Amino acid sequence: MSMTERHKKLERNITLLAVCTLITVAIGGLVQITPLFYLDNTIEKVDGMRPYTPLEQAGRDIYIREGCYVCHSQMIRPFRDEVERYGAYSLAAESMYDHPFQWGSKRTGPDLARVGGRYSDEWHVQHLINPQAVVPESVMPQYGFLAETELAVGDPSATLTALSRVGVPYSQEDIDNALMDLFLQADPDAEGDLEDFQRRYPKAQVRDYDGDPSRITEMDALVAYLQMLGTLVDVDSAAAQQELAQEKGR
Amino acid sequence: MQAETALGRTMLWFVLFLVSIVVVATAADGGFAAHAVIVALVCFVLMWMSASRYDPAGKLNSFFKMPDTPSKYDDDPIRWGVLATMFWGIAGLAAGLFIALQLAFPQLNFEPYFNFGRVRPLHTSAVIFAFGGNALIATSFYVVQRTCRAQLAFPGLARFVFWGYQLFIVLAATGYLLGVTQSREYAEPEWYVDLWLTIVWVAYFIVFVGTIVRRREPHIYVANWFYLAFIVTVAMLHIVNNLAMPVSLLGAKSYSAFAGVQDALTQWWYGHNAVGFFLTAGFLAMMYYFVPKQAERPVYSYRLSIIHFWSLIFLYIWAGPHHLHYTALPDWAQTLGMVFSIMLWMPSWGGMINGLMTLNGAWDKIRTDPIIRMMVMALAFYGMSTFEGPMLSIKSVNSLSHYTDWTIGHVHSGALGWNGMITFACVYFLVPRLWGRERMYSLRMINWHFWLATLGIVFYAATMWVAGIQQGLMWREYGPDGYLVWSFADSVAAMFPMYVLRAFGGLLYLSGAFVMTYNIWMTLAGKLRDEAPMRDAAYDAEKDRPIVDTPTSAVPAE
Repeated sequence: MSMTERHKKLERNITLLAVCTLITVAIGGLVQITPLFYLDNTIEKVDGMRPYTPLEQAGRDIYIREGCYVCHSQMIRPFRDEVERYGAYSLAAESMYDHPFQWGSKRTGPDLARVGGRYSDEWHVQHLINPQAVVPESVMPQYGFLAETELAVGDPSATLTALSRVGVPYSQEDIDNALMDLFLQADPDAEGDLEDFQRRYPKAQVRDYDGDPSRITEMDALVAYLQMLGTLVDVDSAAAQQELAQEKGR
Repeated sequence: MQAETALGRTMLWFVLFLVSIVVVATAADGGFAAHAVIVALVCFVLMWMSASRYDPAGKLNSFFKMPDTPSKYDDDPIRWGVLATMFWGIAGLAAGLFIALQLAFPQLNFEPYFNFGRVRPLHTSAVIFAFGGNALIATSFYVVQRTCRAQLAFPGLARFVFWGYQLFIVLAATGYLLGVTQSREYAEPEWYVDLWLTIVWVAYFIVFVGTIVRRREPHIYVANWFYLAFIVTVAMLHIVNNLAMPVSLLGAKSYSAFAGVQDALTQWWYGHNAVGFFLTAGFLAMMYYFVPKQAERPVYSYRLSIIHFWSLIFLYIWAGPHHLHYTALPDWAQTLGMVFSIMLWMPSWGGMINGLMTLNGAWDKIRTDPIIRMMVMALAFYGMSTFEGPMLSIKSVNSLSHYTDWTIGHVHSGALGWNGMITFACVYFLVPRLWGRERMYSLRMINWHFWLATLGIVFYAATMWVAGIQQGLMWREYGPDGYLVWSFADSVAAMFPMYVLRAFGGLLYLSGAFVMTYNIWMTLAGKLRDEAPMRDAAYDAEKDRPIVDTPTSAVPAE
């Protein structure tokens, strides 16, 4: 029986055609995506990774809300020019707590994977309010409203609970203290146990970010997020460098 | 009996209306509240419609134009679909022009609602899902009835599909401007809008398959295989990629079920196959019906259509990782994605060849029929962008092109050239038939539209090639001193002329769509433009002779 003859079975039976179609289109995803969940070498362990603090997470939500990912990547590729321009190439582990990932697909603006600590808070605030005042060539939109909008704090515990349900290892303590942690990070004088906060969130930067200590704005949250990007894993420490040097493409 | 159903419906809408009001009052954030207001408004209108009519069921039937006899094709949802396609098409193209201008002139950003980051998803969703989606739903309902010789199954459900899909579009679009987004490209709507779309999509599947089950032809026509693959696969992609955990059942915000590497590949498995199954398989289905119809020729090769259908749907789904070359995605997945992307070239061209060769013996129609001209150009652009795609998926090429405007140019040569052109051609085919007109108001305007669109694409693609390659080269250029030559800001400044010319290309394309809108408007008004027909170079026996110098009669000197 020729191929076209055999194919007539499928063309005469909508159930058969639909089932065969579904099987055909399911294979690729099953083979490519499912192994990523159980192959150990998909995400090599590195020291220093921790979940986002409530304030950083609030900033990340704003980053997503404003569609920053449309123009900024957070994924440095292992090329000489990118590593020199943006810092050590991105490791899989560095986005292991990112729900959703923010690798991006376009660089209308520069990569932000390691922007943390590269500029001062004041620079970020100025730049977000009026990018062209700081970088005349920039085509970035202005985000002055962030400085004027008080952060809708809502219920950070609910946010952390939702994230822990999808696998981010927040402790019960983190979830219970989420609201206090959020205020504490933007204002070291606020009520709460600073030492305990920094023990639970190592390398968390505690300060007023937007220059207005009287209130917490969306600017505080966004700058807190930007200032921690790429700062958790110490890629420049000797051990890490050695490990990186053995990898391909370096 | 009818009065009772009407009362029941009124009550149902009233309850839903109340629920939405409660949600508005208790919503955790403004975006969710705004969407609940929209839902409440829809409920209110439906409640009002159910309650305030003398013969509610009858009035509803006439509003939704339920078919009264099984011996006619149920074409009303298709008419609405064609109009919705045009409406959203103009909206999506205008949004595209707006954001193109924003990139050249950042002063055009109006914070917070009209900043680039919020309008860009509006543009992509409007053109892909609103314009493309309506075209796909409308044409699939048209094609499946004709090729099955059966009326649309479940007319009520078919109407639900149309209106439910419009509600999805409105919720998605307003959501972007309000900042309600999952940040997954081409899957930005939040969890509750995703759930709504899932319901609509299942209804769509039921109507489509139900009609095929009712068919009076033994065979399922090839266009329907492609529509079926499009509906089934989009359902699979949509459900898996949108798995998320809402923070609250009364809030818009949710967090993806996956993180980092796994999230990235799931997203691009979805993202690439939104292209593969929404913009390719679905539109190939349109091609397989409307090209043979307009050319009045049978499909070139039945065997080729079998081979290229199965290989296309099998291979496409593997190509996602080429969006993640040189990232933290494992190398094996990247290589697999690259290899399958290159293999995909052949089945893609199988579709192009089958379409173009259908014109065998009818190529002269390119001269006389602007609709055929559009179809041929669409297939040509399909061929070009399905060659460019595999080329860009090669890792070494991708290392230059990724993150640059080359990708944007590539997408638009496919979207404007293939999806846009084939949709315009199908709409030109459909309008006179659906509204019972002799022909479109003006064939010459179709020709104008063709040239405006083609020129627009040339401007768009050419400038984005230059822009993308220039960006890629500037970012990696080292001087003799061993330092990077250009700062990032230099590369931004260098894009200005390209961005302006690109916007000009977009303007041309949009103007073409306006010409089309006018043409359709006049056709619906029942007018025929008095114009010279498009025709071949005519043979003039009088002029078919050697040229000889005719002696000039002697002119007396001054």
